[in-house]
Amino acid sequence: MNVRIRFKKYGAMKFIGHLDVMRYFQKAFRRAGFDNEYTKGFSPHQIMSFAAPIGVGLTSDAEYLDVGLLSSDEPEVMKARLNTVLTEGFEVTDLYILKEREGNRKAVSAMSQVASADYLVYLKEGYSSDGFFKDQKGFAEKFADFLSLDEIIADKRTKTSETSADIRPLITIAAYDKDEYEAMRRAALSAETEGMDLIIDKGSVLSDNNNIKVYLQCNTGSSSNLKPELVMETFHKHIGAEFKSFAWQVHRLELYGRSIRDDRLIPLYMIDR
Amino acid sequence: MRKLALSDEILLSVEKPARYIGGEVNMQVKDPKDVDIRFCMCFPDVYEIGMSHLGLHILYDIINRREDTYCERVFSPWLDLDRLMRERGIPLFALESQDSVKDFDFLGITLQYEMCYTNILQILELSHIPIYAKDRTDADPVVVGGGPCAYNPEPIADFFDFFYIGEGENAYNDILDLYKECKRLGLSRNEYLKRVSRIEGMYVPSLYNVEYNEDNTVKGFAKLYDKAPDKVRKQVVRDLSPALYPEKPLVPFIKITQDRVVLEIQRGCIRGCRFCQAGMVYRPARGRDIETLKRHAANMLNSTGYEEISLSSLSSSDYPRLGDLVYYLIDEFGNKGVNISLPSLRIDAFALDVMGKVQDVRKSSLTFAPEAGTQRLRDVINKGLTEEDILKGASDAFMCGWNRVKLYFMMGLPTETMEDIEGIAALADKIAGEYYKQPKEKRSGKLNIVVSTSFFVPKPFTPFQWSRMDTASEYIEKQHALRSSINERTSKKSIKYIWHGAELSVLEGVLARGDRRLSKVIYDAYLNGCLFDSWSECFDYDKWARAFDANDIDIAFYNNRERAEDEIFPWDIIDAGVNKAFLLREYRRAGEGQITPNCARYCAGCGARVFDSGICNGFSGSISGGISDELCRKSVRTDITSSDDFKANQQVDGMDAGLVTDSNDKGLDREVGLP
Repeated sequence: MNVRIRFKKYGAMKFIGHLDVMRYFQKAFRRAGFDNEYTKGFSPHQIMSFAAPIGVGLTSDAEYLDVGLLSSDEPEVMKARLNTVLTEGFEVTDLYILKEREGNRKAVSAMSQVASADYLVYLKEGYSSDGFFKDQKGFAEKFADFLSLDEIIADKRTKTSETSADIRPLITIAAYDKDEYEAMRRAALSAETEGMDLIIDKGSVLSDNNNIKVYLQCNTGSSSNLKPELVMETFHKHIGAEFKSFAWQVHRLELYGRSIRDDRLIPLYMIDR
Repeated sequence: MRKLALSDEILLSVEKPARYIGGEVNMQVKDPKDVDIRFCMCFPDVYEIGMSHLGLHILYDIINRREDTYCERVFSPWLDLDRLMRERGIPLFALESQDSVKDFDFLGITLQYEMCYTNILQILELSHIPIYAKDRTDADPVVVGGGPCAYNPEPIADFFDFFYIGEGENAYNDILDLYKECKRLGLSRNEYLKRVSRIEGMYVPSLYNVEYNEDNTVKGFAKLYDKAPDKVRKQVVRDLSPALYPEKPLVPFIKITQDRVVLEIQRGCIRGCRFCQAGMVYRPARGRDIETLKRHAANMLNSTGYEEISLSSLSSSDYPRLGDLVYYLIDEFGNKGVNISLPSLRIDAFALDVMGKVQDVRKSSLTFAPEAGTQRLRDVINKGLTEEDILKGASDAFMCGWNRVKLYFMMGLPTETMEDIEGIAALADKIAGEYYKQPKEKRSGKLNIVVSTSFFVPKPFTPFQWSRMDTASEYIEKQHALRSSINERTSKKSIKYIWHGAELSVLEGVLARGDRRLSKVIYDAYLNGCLFDSWSECFDYDKWARAFDANDIDIAFYNNRERAEDEIFPWDIIDAGVNKAFLLREYRRAGEGQITPNCARYCAGCGARVFDSGICNGFSGSISGGISDELCRKSVRTDITSSDDFKANQQVDGMDAGLVTDSNDKGLDREVGLP
């Protein structure tokens, strides 16, 4: 069976890269006594798959990991056992056994389901905006102006190429306070999610963030992908300010898949539940 | 939430920020306000190297078992962070609390190889601690060194307040208790150091004045404090089995050099290879009881989640119940995806069976360490391994499907001639011959032999401590000779030759057998910009050469002369158990090409019996049949050091291949006349 794990990555753990996080969880499963499924051969490794892991420097309330197990316990028990062996900066907030799909023994991997993600992007303590906006209100006005452009051309750099593209359609939500964000994201959800409980992450930056900030929902995944860092860089270019990447913290709030029925969003933890 | 010493901006602009954030699985968490003593344990190299060192884990564990003490860690910041810390005046910090090292009571530095000496100065300078011990005040931490290089601490004596000689498990409590007591009584740092010098194993260099003869050799040591010992005897753990061993070793986030659970099965070595310092200074050979080892293995695997366990010792095949232990580990953990790696193992039927079970034969290579190219020279160095053993081992391995072999040799061994150099090529050629003797269907693909040579560096407390070392040009001449010799062989296409630079070995030679006058050279080299000298991309010999010139120090004096048999050495202040009379006997026997049997067969009277432990325990002094299990069970090691890394350092990397043919009993059947 496959188990889906939703976890937080925060604090000093933002400096740990994805491959190291993977190795970290492999060891954590062993410490927690999970009955992991291994690949065959001389160098067997645990069967696991991450959904769109965040990059170094980012924090997250919603990292996802699907893992193959040979046997399982009650999800709540497994979640508690895993949390006791995790160190500060990692915390499992949800764990459930994926429903097997008809005709296909294995559930579709978390990675391939990802369609969209929510972020909170905020100015870190100790950094200023160099006078371009003095408070949240000033920032929100400038940012709204920026988003009202018909098209926002950004330079997308990859290892091999540099292309320009309009990123405006990939930004689906922009909000400037928590309540506004909550309302907008709920409105974007699929009818399939009705009657299911949304996870409210406690103690996250979401609840007590008084910094200059913006909530963004961006397309994420293999078919269409936009990083909030690129949005912020392009915004700074637009207002003629220098973009200091260290000054801004990008924090992921949620990952979504898309409903086949109404093409709207479903939090990853509601899929195959 | 833990606060970090470095800003996001710095951490996101340096390579591998995980080196500096701590917070790993099994990290010790204490409130500094709740302890009396803060101890910062330092390995003066980059995090991935330092965290791979078993000794550090052992000491971290045992010191933290004291409720009154918080032991934390610090490693050398890599060049990128080093530059930023200097530019911005950021003080060096410990990983756990992220507090400045300068505010600690102790800075304990492990000395695993000579080429880390400039890194020690980096640690001190970045910590804002005075470089020279004499300049430190009661507000500075006490700087203590330990590990294999502490057996000749003289070149770095001026930088340390004291050295701990020998194995760290024994006397750390005495040192810490005494510190607490001195603090309570309001005594000064100097008073503490005086008292420390009275604990066995503690060498306080400032309490001795070294006098020199006109020819620059050492005349003697004059004590400046009458209660300081005439000789400092190393600390030895008499019985390893009950000795504390980490149950919950730290688990780094990033991949480190030794990224696995390390189980030390025995300490010391019975073999007596004459070039090997570890084999001498860790005497007597002591093993851990097999039940203890099984328990440690299970505890460590469960508490870390590691998927690999490595057995550590200088010569695994000499552990009497190795088979039982290995098959237990395979049965118990093999089906849970745990890999077992076995360095320094003699190649025999057992080894090949185990290797076939735990590794993919096609992907792994076998490592042999004949060390010398001819039987004559192998006898000189007392390497009990014959050509026949090597060829048989290779042949068996080829039959089992291996087609990759690594061969380690040293160049510049005492009495070496060009014939010995050609012997290296000849031996590699014969091994290739064994491969082509296999029926064609048994051969798996193309044969791949790697011949690797390093330069021999004479070390203190070995029979070769008197020996002349080759000059860099002699080394290079030998390298060229070997290369042409390999190119003349029929199997040349299967043999790849890799070598190491000569200049690094020259420097290692000076620092290994140097005296106190070198401290100024080391400091000047550091000021010239030398750092991470053990990293080939950083090593800059010209900067070192300038420092030697500026201080009018002649490298040839330290390296290129045969020392007189009665010369007083800078390290004679240390008593490593193995005494000078024995080493001299061995030095002479080497000259005569006489081999000496291993400790299990005959007691050669090295002097380690004073510790009444391990292989020496109950030994009558006559020829015996080999180590009995009972003997081994009684026996027994950690240092601010661990011998496995030390050895790996000496022999390049026995680790990656998993196997080193280190020794062979057959060699010892060719009996010898003994003194």
